[in-house]
Amino acid sequence: MTKTITEKIFSRKCGCDVSAGDMMVVPVDAAMVHDITGPLAVEMFYRMKGEKVFDPEKIIMLFDHQVPADSITAAENHIMMRKFAKEQGIHNYDIKEGICHQVALETGKIMPGDIVVGVDSHTCTYGAVGAFSTGIGSTDMGFVLRFGSLYFRIPESIRVEAEGRFASRVGPKDLIMKTIGDVGADGATYRAAEFMGGAFEDMEIPGRMTCCNMAIEMGGKAGIVPPDEKTKAWLSQWGDVNAGDFDLKPDEGAAYAGKVEYDVGDLVPQVAVPHNVDNVVDVDEVEGTRLDQVFIGSCTNGRYEDFVEAAEVLGDRKFSDDVRVIAIPASKTEYLKCLRGGIIEKFVEAGALFEAPCCGPCMGGAFGLIGVEEVSLSTSNRNFRGRQGSTKGEVYLCSPATAAASAITGVITDPREV
Amino acid sequence: MKIWKFGDDIDTDAIIPGRFLTIYDPKELASHAFEGTRDEFSKDASAGDVIVGGRNFGCGSSREHAPIALKGAGIEMVIAKSFARIFYRNCINTGFLPVVCPEADKISEEDIITPHLDEGYLDVSGKKYITEPVPEFLSKIVEAGGLVEYARSMDEVETCIK
Ligand code: SF4
Repeated sequence: MTKTITEKIFSRKCGCDVSAGDMMVVPVDAAMVHDITGPLAVEMFYRMKGEKVFDPEKIIMLFDHQVPADSITAAENHIMMRKFAKEQGIHNYDIKEGICHQVALETGKIMPGDIVVGVDSHTCTYGAVGAFSTGIGSTDMGFVLRFGSLYFRIPESIRVEAEGRFASRVGPKDLIMKTIGDVGADGATYRAAEFMGGAFEDMEIPGRMTCCNMAIEMGGKAGIVPPDEKTKAWLSQWGDVNAGDFDLKPDEGAAYAGKVEYDVGDLVPQVAVPHNVDNVVDVDEVEGTRLDQVFIGSCTNGRYEDFVEAAEVLGDRKFSDDVRVIAIPASKTEYLKCLRGGIIEKFVEAGALFEAPCCGPCMGGAFGLIGVEEVSLSTSNRNFRGRQGSTKGEVYLCSPATAAASAITGVITDPREV
Repeated sequence: MKIWKFGDDIDTDAIIPGRFLTIYDPKELASHAFEGTRDEFSKDASAGDVIVGGRNFGCGSSREHAPIALKGAGIEMVIAKSFARIFYRNCINTGFLPVVCPEADKISEEDIITPHLDEGYLDVSGKKYITEPVPEFLSKIVEAGGLVEYARSMDEVETCIK
């Protein structure tokens, strides 16, 4: 029987013929927990009569949403998780490494063909290296911590095919936002998005991460790019690539539940306007929108490449005095690359706050919140009402290039025109 | 019993905003449910109330705080045209039944709902609206009262068997 990438991953893992719609209990190769949803997962583990976790080596634990602890309750959650890690022999990356999804991939524990779960909806990011990865709730994670496996309904897949070359200052974020606008916020619910074609083959891993990260914004259970030589080279920085299944491809004639196709050469910068991620327009439709804050960072666009893209637009200019620019790299590794590449100096001189790796304002939990009637332009992945602070504020989403151009002018601006 | 009617794409940031995620107590979470988007909810919701949503109810983050907050507010049932995947699963796991009803948008706050889920429908002020069955393996979890209770009865799980 012909198979999608998703069906292949589950079939190989289970050693039997698995197809979309099957319901099975499947062992996981890695499980990620962080400071927000982790404490409840630990509680559930104990409530399920858990004593020892299934395999401490396969658990990736870190704190990123509220770091350094921004409240006493956050500090208490961190204490509880630290204690759990110690008792169970789990390595805890604590507050030092950065955002869960970036850090998880940098551990080298996630390889193509793996099945990975995380207590965070953007766990779908790891499809950038050809893993099947999906976000779960805390009770499900309690189950995983105890048994090392979880129930899955093997999803059908939709195919996102992109060919061509991006025009200057247009990139993966514009492509994925365009796709979400077309597919809709629930168009891929219960499905995996498999990203294929020349544009994805040409794309480096950071860009693939941006695309897979946002698969959940169309309801996707996972987003996957077939692994290749680029994947192998990127992963070999972190771990033993011999363990990976690098020839994962869909079979010719595999059954897909839907298909969208793009020539990325035709793409212009995209913006998601409040308050839904699928509310996507060409940048010219919202040009001139007044801004109070610009955020460049998050697990979607907080990598060195994203800051380089923004810095290139910035050139020798300064950010507008009318906006607060907050820049936050996704991990310590990315932070150091920015430091050594002169990005931090450039951003700070232009007027930005350059913070240490963490989620920052992305989720409106820690710092950088917006107030009543304030407008934020953000390279993150969600613009829900109240996501970055006041429910009477507004969040627009865009690429790093568009964020930088807009931070210079103080209003939403086409990056090709500055 | 009061019906709380919502539209499409109600996200988990609306159900419980990010700044309250350090809280785990159901009652305390409930006191912040829909804060800023529907402030009267936390004041007026009471035991036995029902939420009726449109498409894609519960989209967004994996925070289990969302179903817990609704449960803490006394909500007995969430009925929607469709649910986002993680929220649906979180409801089942916390022992809280999400009801998929393709005609949910026709329900108004003035209606009276009598569920007949075993027979696969809701009686809505005398009209019969079909509900979708819960997938078989999930109904075992619901019957057990949630995933915790279900898991407590097991010592190990068999994997990779269809
Ligand atoms: S950066 Fe934002 S989307 Fe990513 S994990 Fe953190 S809060 Fe979630």
